[in-house]
Amino acid sequence: MTEQRNIDIRVPVLARVEGEGALEIRTQGQDVTAVRLRIFEPPRLFEKILEGRDHGEVPDLVARICGICPVAYQMSAVHAFERLFGVDPGSWVRDMRRVLYCGEWMQSHALHIHLLAAPDLLGYDNAIAMARDHPDIVRRGLLLQALGNDIIRLFGARSVHPVGVRVGGFHHVPARSDVTEIYTRLSAAIPDTEALVRWAAALDLPAAEQRFVSVSLRHTAEYPMNAGRLASSAGLDAGIDEFESHFSEQQVAHSTALYCLLNGQPYLVGPLARVNLNLERLPAAVRAALDESGIVWPSRNPFHAIVARAAEIYYAVLEAARILKDYRIPEAAHAAVVPRAGVAIAGTEAPRGMLWHRYDVQEDGRVVRARIVPPTSQNQARIEADLRQSLEALGLDRSDDELRRRCEMVIRSYDPCISCATHFLDLRVERC
Amino acid sequence: MSTVVAKDRPRAAVHKFASCDGCQLALLNLGEDLLLLSSLVEFVHFAEAGQVNPEAPVDIAFVEGSISTAKDVERIQRVRARSRFLVAIGACATAGGLQALRNLADGQAWIADVYASPDYVDSLQSSTAVAQHVKVDLELWGCPVNSRQLIAAVRALLFGVAPFEEHDKVCLECKRAQVVCVMVAHGLPCMGPVTRTGCGALCPSFGRDCYACYGPAENPNTEVLGRRLEGLGLAPAAIGRCFLSINNGAPPFTEAGLRRVHEHD
Repeated sequence: MTEQRNIDIRVPVLARVEGEGALEIRTQGQDVTAVRLRIFEPPRLFEKILEGRDHGEVPDLVARICGICPVAYQMSAVHAFERLFGVDPGSWVRDMRRVLYCGEWMQSHALHIHLLAAPDLLGYDNAIAMARDHPDIVRRGLLLQALGNDIIRLFGARSVHPVGVRVGGFHHVPARSDVTEIYTRLSAAIPDTEALVRWAAALDLPAAEQRFVSVSLRHTAEYPMNAGRLASSAGLDAGIDEFESHFSEQQVAHSTALYCLLNGQPYLVGPLARVNLNLERLPAAVRAALDESGIVWPSRNPFHAIVARAAEIYYAVLEAARILKDYRIPEAAHAAVVPRAGVAIAGTEAPRGMLWHRYDVQEDGRVVRARIVPPTSQNQARIEADLRQSLEALGLDRSDDELRRRCEMVIRSYDPCISCATHFLDLRVERC
Repeated sequence: MSTVVAKDRPRAAVHKFASCDGCQLALLNLGEDLLLLSSLVEFVHFAEAGQVNPEAPVDIAFVEGSISTAKDVERIQRVRARSRFLVAIGACATAGGLQALRNLADGQAWIADVYASPDYVDSLQSSTAVAQHVKVDLELWGCPVNSRQLIAAVRALLFGVAPFEEHDKVCLECKRAQVVCVMVAHGLPCMGPVTRTGCGALCPSFGRDCYACYGPAENPNTEVLGRRLEGLGLAPAAIGRCFLSINNGAPPFTEAGLRRVHEHD
């Protein structure tokens, strides 16, 4: 086996990790000597693909990094260019982007909760088998997923790699009648999503208090989506342009995803980190649902991510309905864009956590160099730290099968972009 | 063309290679229809949905993603050997995907530029379509493919008929849907005249130019479109990028794109 070496990288990487992963654990007596979440998704080298491309092409290209969260990639990209170019798209665009992001959070979170995570917790191999015994739970989840997808379709014509977003705003203004239809469905979904939070909180989740640092954006007035400063539970408060002074990526031998560390340490991004850091930015109804859950927030139990995810679906439904209630047709769907040279930086909150983009742009608006730090590379070190702590807490005298199942649950609770891979973990336990 | 004869339920598999996962979502986004589909075919391998059995023989194998590592070159052979009917879904599987751009550059240099330790990374210098490695029975083009395409293919196979393949240009779909031509009316550099339909002419219906995510149509006249784009004021390099985008690995687009880029040299 190749010996693990940590090496500072010269050029940033984006290794997409939706794909095959494996887990390796080595123990010696009662000590876990090695825990490796192996990711071997073939790299697609997006940073290189983006070099030489016009800024106008970038939103449609970076969408292709992730089929589950293309909107997040589009949002980080357009905000980066607009900040550099000094474009203010105005309040309509700002509001509608928030609704669009709500749609993506809803579909991504609903997919994860119902098709990926819940079968673990209720004792099934997959959601189709689970649907036979829990048809109402699965149906509610699929309806919320469909509603999220239809919100994306409203602004982007399709839910995967939507075509409506551009630098400066949107290509298309949704018709009032289409918005009314979505608004009606959102209003009807509010009791369902409130019930979803209660259902998630009542799941039999392992008790697993751990020490970890949460990281997310923080905005002065809103629950974070498209804007805010970098914040951590350890007191970090930095502008989005300062990301590279605090966070660094490293390559390790067993993964084609890079490990991103905060001041050299693992950290958590995603729904649980966002809820932990932004409790007072949630509306009273969501806050009440969280308080009724019996969980003390901020939570130190990584398994509470599923409750945070459910709470964010509830939030997204309320927020989208709030914005669309008084929908108006704007004078223009986008602002004029005049490129200029410089460094374009933005971070937004993808369903799985903070997604940071940096583009070095030349005078004609073409990209010279790109750097993209996705949520999964940020969570990778934290997942391995969690696995180690979970195994030690569970006790290594358990059977391989039990250890494997717990490890799969841990990995899946982070909703990594290798969620499909974590369904066929090839566990190797070497006992010395 | 071979057809699937259902004894019990036909068995199906979904295999992932280098991709964004977006084409599998055409299944995972079906909502309750996913449960209906599962009653018509048995998914024996569909990792993201929780079924794992990659080596099981199946009647229909859906393959998402391009072939870009030495291991995947071997894996696609095994998939072929275990499948009666192999369906390549999406731009990665049918044309190598956006990541096929490395085929036109120095792939090894790209990897070295991105990874500090390129020797840790199992990656070929090329990203290629499934059909360049094994026999493919049906190609569904699109980035991403949509649920309608996938379900139509499954239905056709269940009925034992040859699935319908889209070859028309997006222009025809615009005409049928009475969408105003964005090139004629707004002077936008639309790729619709050379692009395969099947998407529903989504971009023009949103008032924007098609960017060819469904790949080349039948007999695409890339030369004439290139001249038209020039007439709209696009520089040769920009015209080259229009072709060398999501379906850059599709031969008519590779050829048209490189010709324009070299014109620039």
